[in-house]
Amino acid sequence: MTELIKKTAAELAAAVTAGEASAVEITREHLDRIAAVDGEVRAFLHVAADDALAQARAVDQRRAEGEPLGPLAGVPVAVKDLFATVGMPTTCGSKILEGWRPPYESTVTRRLRDAGAVLIGKTNMDEFAMGSSTENSGYGPSRNPWDLSKVPGGSSGGSAAAVAAYQAPLALGTDTGGSIRQPASVCGIVGTKPTYGGNSRYGVVAFASSLDTPGPFGRTVLDTALLHAAMSGHDPMDSTSIDAPVPAVVEAARHGDVAGLRIGIVSEFSGDGYQPGVMARFTEAVELLESLGAKVTEISCPHFKYALPAYYLIAPSEASSNLARFDGMRYGLRDGRGSAEEVMATSRAAGFGPEVKRRIMLGAYALSSGYYDAYYGKAQQVRTLIIRDFDAAFGQVDVLVSPVTPTTAFPIGERADDPMAMYLADLCTIPTDLAGNAAISVPCGLADEDALPVGLQVMAPPLADDRLYRVAAAVEAALTGRWGHPLLDEARGLAR
Amino acid sequence: MTVTYEAALQKYEPVFGLETHVELGTVTKMFCGCTTTFGAEPNTQTCPVCLGLPGALPAVNERAIEYAIKIGLALNCSIASWCRFARKNYFYPDMPKNFQISQYDEPLCTDGYLDVAIGGKTVRVGIERVHLEEDTGKSLHVGGSTGRIQGAEYSLVDYNRAGIPLVEIVTKPVPGAGFLAPEVARAYVTELRDVLRTLNVSDVRMEEGSMRCDVNTSVTLIGSGTWGTRTETKNVNSLRSVERAVRSEVARQAEVLDAGGRVIQETRHFHEDSGVTTSGRSKEEAQDYRYFPEPDLVPVAPDADWVKSIAASLPELPSARRARLIEAWSLSELEFEALRNAGALDAVEATVAEGASPVDARKWWLGELARRANDAGIEVSDLPITPADVARVAALVAAGTLNDRLARQVIDGVLDEEGTPDEIVAARGLAVVSDDSALTGAIDDAIAANPDVAEKIRGGKPQAAGVLVGAVMKATRGQADAAKVKELILERLA
Repeated sequence: MTELIKKTAAELAAAVTAGEASAVEITREHLDRIAAVDGEVRAFLHVAADDALAQARAVDQRRAEGEPLGPLAGVPVAVKDLFATVGMPTTCGSKILEGWRPPYESTVTRRLRDAGAVLIGKTNMDEFAMGSSTENSGYGPSRNPWDLSKVPGGSSGGSAAAVAAYQAPLALGTDTGGSIRQPASVCGIVGTKPTYGGNSRYGVVAFASSLDTPGPFGRTVLDTALLHAAMSGHDPMDSTSIDAPVPAVVEAARHGDVAGLRIGIVSEFSGDGYQPGVMARFTEAVELLESLGAKVTEISCPHFKYALPAYYLIAPSEASSNLARFDGMRYGLRDGRGSAEEVMATSRAAGFGPEVKRRIMLGAYALSSGYYDAYYGKAQQVRTLIIRDFDAAFGQVDVLVSPVTPTTAFPIGERADDPMAMYLADLCTIPTDLAGNAAISVPCGLADEDALPVGLQVMAPPLADDRLYRVAAAVEAALTGRWGHPLLDEARGLAR
Repeated sequence: MTVTYEAALQKYEPVFGLETHVELGTVTKMFCGCTTTFGAEPNTQTCPVCLGLPGALPAVNERAIEYAIKIGLALNCSIASWCRFARKNYFYPDMPKNFQISQYDEPLCTDGYLDVAIGGKTVRVGIERVHLEEDTGKSLHVGGSTGRIQGAEYSLVDYNRAGIPLVEIVTKPVPGAGFLAPEVARAYVTELRDVLRTLNVSDVRMEEGSMRCDVNTSVTLIGSGTWGTRTETKNVNSLRSVERAVRSEVARQAEVLDAGGRVIQETRHFHEDSGVTTSGRSKEEAQDYRYFPEPDLVPVAPDADWVKSIAASLPELPSARRARLIEAWSLSELEFEALRNAGALDAVEATVAEGASPVDARKWWLGELARRANDAGIEVSDLPITPADVARVAALVAAGTLNDRLARQVIDGVLDEEGTPDEIVAARGLAVVSDDSALTGAIDDAIAANPDVAEKIRGGKPQAAGVLVGAVMKATRGQADAAKVKELILERLA
């Protein structure tokens, strides 16, 4: 592994800005790394080698001409394959969009290009972001760099795996029910689900509109904050985007400090189904926070137990409508003959995988006349109760903490035929998606049973994303100090 | 059909309701920045948003909200202080997202009315709701005989129309119109069109599809106190068709009921050529649209002050104008309707403003000019003559410079674009010969040529003067004032 690949995004951008490294050289080394390891990790659906080098040359050109460089100058970023990107295909991990090249750019990726980032390729994901393992990808699963027999989490599993395997220092994901935090947790990296509306969804292929949140992955808290800051901000093209200043996440990441901070442990997130090694690391992390000066209390959020069922009504309902446009008429896979109706039906039958079909059926049923009030309507009421639980909790504490996911990375294939078991992976992350507030996953050690990474989840009120970084930076600094090296250095396999 | 409309009305009470879709005349579409010009090359006015490309998101056009509020206020509706868009889900190739962004149980405007004058009385048509939605693309079915999708070889879709803002204006059921139901339905659509035109929110051209009507009709036994099953007739694309569709559907339903059958709740298709409706898909097997609040848009919450300022800026509405003009011009309701139906209201009012009397202005626009427009197959307002021209012609007649026959020649000149009335009078030498001395010679000649007639007049028979007047008019090529000529003849022979 070369020196450049081991560097953080912050270091790379500084080196490019100072002229100590060229964007082209950095991009080449990452492309080499991808070529070396991605046959096994399978993080990427598309490696944009030529395009990335062209972007890198443009950054170097700007520097040569003395023009100002962005905060991510020359830093490669891997992009989850549901951001519309000009010059690269966008498949959403689905056969129905195989080969589709968007004629327009998502707001988030355009902002990253403007910030000097080099979009290096598109990463694997559960089809249309529906899943927690990437096993629902139409193009086969990605693998966890810590242990290639394990899943990298999902749905943004390709992005998490790419960062953990040093194929890119940063990656973009989206979080709808935990799709950034859970893969970050099981891959031993940092991932943030920002406040809903803090990042534009324009050009992000929708799974569940009221939940989908673009967010950053990085190997360090500061790197993650740098990407978070570069991608965020109001966008008039997205009506649900918040017109407010971006929280000072980079500043917070530079000054980890929890002295005097009030931290609440969500009491509902423990007990049956939680792996002992996960709970052990979580408990230690809380003790660590207390030793750093935080005031820790236990907080009950009584409606969180209804979050999972509410989510599995709201998300599929919205998905059933969002995915209606994939009908073979205008773009993507077209199959079948005869009437328009027949072509639509045949194309959808051929193009969508089983989990997508399951959720479309669930959603169409939940929205149907006569059932709306009992299902979608009721789920929205539960959502309101969950928001109230958060409001009440944040009246007493500054942040909430919990494990990110009940277990470490599970074996590929283990839950593939058991949707309910798969859904439980998002138990702790879903309330934040339903309420629209912010949360982060930061590594807090390895589980004793399997030596696989465990993540600590920190949750903050809407638009208080900076608090996440303040806490995560403190945890990172203390734990890295204790271990004597970053957690990823413990990885046995490709991460080294 | 064996049961006529007239026979049906002996036994049944008709009830109708209308759902009218109106394309708003905004410069850009409902949820994106594409232009809305009619008739552009297919698929040239599109973008990722109105094509529903994966990842694209809608953003509300504020101007469309403003227009819809204007319409709601003009129709005496309450304007919601908070409402939402909803998705109406169904699959059709001309709908890019396979759902339409519309409004469902939270419309922008509710519970209003529109007063419709008909045959000298006023019928109040209740307005259930006015809501906003996006239009679909337009399908062209190629290869079939009917132009419909059934039997077509292939279909082409033009997405230029997709995303154009539409308002849907839904009436409450209108009972009690009795025999006049078809005419009331037509008068309602006419009045609505006038209101929308006055508000300047749409070009309301039914022939171009910027205003489209669905007609709901039911019949019930007179005095039964119950409501019949309604049908929804689509493809009703002219004012005349609205009337014919109600008439035909009432007769058809009466025939079904008379034969012991029951009316099926269904969508029916109106045929312009035959004037009858045929069955479309049955509502009983209709699709479930799975409405739910549009999660890509935030709720619309019009500020109360904004609504107030819109209300304050509304122009004079047709009903107020009707009352004002009937009063000012001393018209009967029927005279007013004749003017409105001729499409001559604006022209007459402008002509009066240019100084003509209301009687003269109406006479010219409803008479000579209406005839010319009719001959040319155009609207009276499209004639190449201005209200100022007409007022000037009327003034020349009133001053005795022109008689009616000469005035018509002047109008010919204006329509042929020869110039202003004064220029044409001068160029064609059309002024009435009113100089007494210029007429004296012609009168002397006429008397000399008709001594017997002159004798009769002298003998106390002034009605014989017509012959002499005719001779003088002939001699002056019509450019004399006949009344003046007669007066001079009688003086001479007194």
